[in-house]
Amino acid sequence: MSRPAHRRPEYRKINKDLFVLTYGALVAQLCKDYEKDEDVNNYLDKMGYGIGTRLVEDFLARSCVRRCHSYSEITDIIAQVAFKTYLGITPSVTCNNPSRTAFSLILDKNPLVEFVEELPAGRSSLCYCNLLCGIIRGALEMVHLAADVTFLQDKLKGDSVTEIGITFLKKLDEKKYRRKK
Amino acid sequence: MADAALFEFLHMEMVAELWSHHYDPGPGGQKMSLSVLEGMGFRVGQALGERLPQETLAFREELDVLKFLCKDLWVAVFQKQMDSLRANHQGTYVLQDNSFPLLIRMASGLQYLEEAPKFLAFTCGLLRGTLSTLGIKSLVTASVASLPTCKFQVVIQKT
Repeated sequence: MSRPAHRRPEYRKINKDLFVLTYGALVAQLCKDYEKDEDVNNYLDKMGYGIGTRLVEDFLARSCVRRCHSYSEITDIIAQVAFKTYLGITPSVTCNNPSRTAFSLILDKNPLVEFVEELPAGRSSLCYCNLLCGIIRGALEMVHLAADVTFLQDKLKGDSVTEIGITFLKKLDEKKYRRKK
Repeated sequence: MADAALFEFLHMEMVAELWSHHYDPGPGGQKMSLSVLEGMGFRVGQALGERLPQETLAFREELDVLKFLCKDLWVAVFQKQMDSLRANHQGTYVLQDNSFPLLIRMASGLQYLEEAPKFLAFTCGLLRGTLSTLGIKSLVTASVASLPTCKFQVVIQKT
């Protein structure tokens, strides 16, 4: 055989499908366990946070990213490197405020919802992909950056795009980085 | 592969979260949590089974299906082959993985032996679900003598 089996295209797809399907089963189970959408959203965020705190090490080991000097650089790395590495998509980034501390990731495609056509009945406030918000928040916290991360728009709720808002909460200490130069 | 890391971390969180939610300290409590995880694995296994390459559906013998699980499915899901497959030719198979990826992050040896079943329940369901899509009804259990080696026992149910 010319290529190791796990690199064959059909098996890469199975590997990606495994994550997406498992995520779907998880959301379904949480919907069984908790009646309120809010509770499911919170648990997804909490679990995402746990994943993010560990994923960031994996990410830094894989990707040799350069040191960032601004929130906008960090957001670009999240969109262009992290999302690309783990989900195979590159959301576009927009800045939401003049002080450049609030950004949006616009997801045109979202592999997590590949097998989901619409939210389950009676679950109109469910943030199906809330895990992603938790992951980003947990990962940022591990590199000492506090941020609020929430869904601003959601295609599953009828919006035209899916948009994740990242608002950095403390000013990056500019002096710290200048000293390292 | 990056996808594999994401799945492993998700699995770890799922075990922690679902275990604490469904755990009932009374008798049989552990079983409830394990069966929730196993049930999820089953549904995922069924769905994965439907996505397998077409040629896999043309198996002639039961043993071929088990070999497929050990090679192709295990490689697709865990990036490695199962390390050994034993059959008693009466419908019972033992699949052994000497370094099961979902146990690797835990210490090796005898520490955490008690915790190991939680980390195997989903995969047991996954195997049972995939077999179900391939037309085989089974019971799958797992045992660990020493991390990260584990054995999956597949008992084919004759209808």
